[in-house]
Amino acid sequence: MSALEVTRVGLLATVQDQGRSGFLDQGVGHAGAADRGSAALATRLVANAAGAALVETLFGGLAVRSRGATELVVTGAYCPLTVVTAAGRTHRPAMYELIELADGDELQLGAPSAGLRAYLAVRGGIDVPPVLGSRSYDTLSGIGPAPLAAGDVLPIGDETDGDPLVDAVAPPWGVGDTAPGVVLDALRGPREDWFTPDALRVLRTGVFTVTPASDRVGVRLEGPAPLERAIASELPSEPMALGSLQVPASGHPIIFSADHPVTGGYPVIAVLTDASIDRAAQLAPGQSVRFRLH
Amino acid sequence: MNGPRFLRAGERGVLVEFSSLTEAMALRAAIERSPIPGVTDATSGARTVLLGFDPAVVERSAVEAAVAALEIVAAPDGGAGAPVEIPVVYDGDDLASTAELLGVSTAELIAAHTGRTWLCAFGGFAPGFGYLASDGWALEVPRLEVPRTRVPAGAVGLAGEFSGVYPRESPGGWRLIGRTGLSMWDPARTPPALLAAGTRVRFVEAARG
Repeated sequence: MSALEVTRVGLLATVQDQGRSGFLDQGVGHAGAADRGSAALATRLVANAAGAALVETLFGGLAVRSRGATELVVTGAYCPLTVVTAAGRTHRPAMYELIELADGDELQLGAPSAGLRAYLAVRGGIDVPPVLGSRSYDTLSGIGPAPLAAGDVLPIGDETDGDPLVDAVAPPWGVGDTAPGVVLDALRGPREDWFTPDALRVLRTGVFTVTPASDRVGVRLEGPAPLERAIASELPSEPMALGSLQVPASGHPIIFSADHPVTGGYPVIAVLTDASIDRAAQLAPGQSVRFRLH
Repeated sequence: MNGPRFLRAGERGVLVEFSSLTEAMALRAAIERSPIPGVTDATSGARTVLLGFDPAVVERSAVEAAVAALEIVAAPDGGAGAPVEIPVVYDGDDLASTAELLGVSTAELIAAHTGRTWLCAFGGFAPGFGYLASDGWALEVPRLEVPRTRVPAGAVGLAGEFSGVYPRESPGGWRLIGRTGLSMWDPARTPPALLAAGTRVRFVEAARG
């Protein structure tokens, strides 16, 4: 049976799938790939079943060696790719393109030039044991397969669905997309009335900076001014939707990402659209974002 | 009972807000009895229920109309089923100060805590952490001004209108009145959480050991 041997991990590499459902009432969140669109595209390119697991890497850095022949693809953050064959030859495949590895070949991901998270899918899917019905690692609760470490051997499953139809696709978001102003779409609510009109103006017009404290739980932003509350009382704990812009006491919003807590005690001023949730998962510390409110 | 408020929570979420915890919990029960097509999940809060829906299957207005049409009957004790018994040694670091804050003796606080049925209103904070509420529990307990950086697993606490048991060691701002040896979260168990929304609970005083 073929497998992938992890030879190097960067900052963080985890196994993810479409997430864990049915445990919200026990305090366990959804997890799953943070940029769902990129993960779904990688899954489709190798013609895996939609629920097959893949690897999510933070800021590249991952390297895997093929045991047996494997077929892979990398999507998401734009990482330079290098294949070193078992014979020691080197070539550079592209992102969003099927990569065939022979036994002993190694695929290496460099640091991304744009984006934060890359997805490595292998035909057949990563076949580690699921926990509570999912192979996603939840960084908040610690539930799921442990983050990858060098030396890990990832078995490859047989969760395919047909054969790959194309060898490559055009990258779905801008190559070299380092423009200073990423614009995220958000729907006002559920608690916009807990904020002053001025807070909504700041959210609509201000430029926010992604801080280094961002992770799979939330993208922490720093705005030009704190978002002031119109209602100062404590919010009774309430469930939080994926993509919520929660405003803690500091007044600087946090975008709730894949591993966000199930409930929270601070008001949510707006919630990102599906497409912008994926885009937010690719925001790197230091990047600037603005919001288009609907 | 007044009708709920419907708040928009993104492209696929309706946050249904009530004026009381009892009504919010009753909505959960009503939805379990009569599921709404296209509603993919329901998560409870203290006054709210977040309904996730698939916009390809159902429109927001139809979800709201379906909720408005539900007969929401508050069951004060959460309905059938024997309560889960949680044995507690009442020796928490905040027991005496919390009793003093509430103007009761420690014995009265323990009697009030053990002498009622609690209902798990919602989960959150950590896997297996249930926010337990009880009709007639009139004590509103302020959180610690400075949260502890380390609360041991099994610690039993009070905060606001709720009681809860820490499933694992974590930071926390609840006032600790006791501890239990029961495992609140065990991934090898089905279900892994001892308490989920809707579970009834009795605290039973256990001997110090």
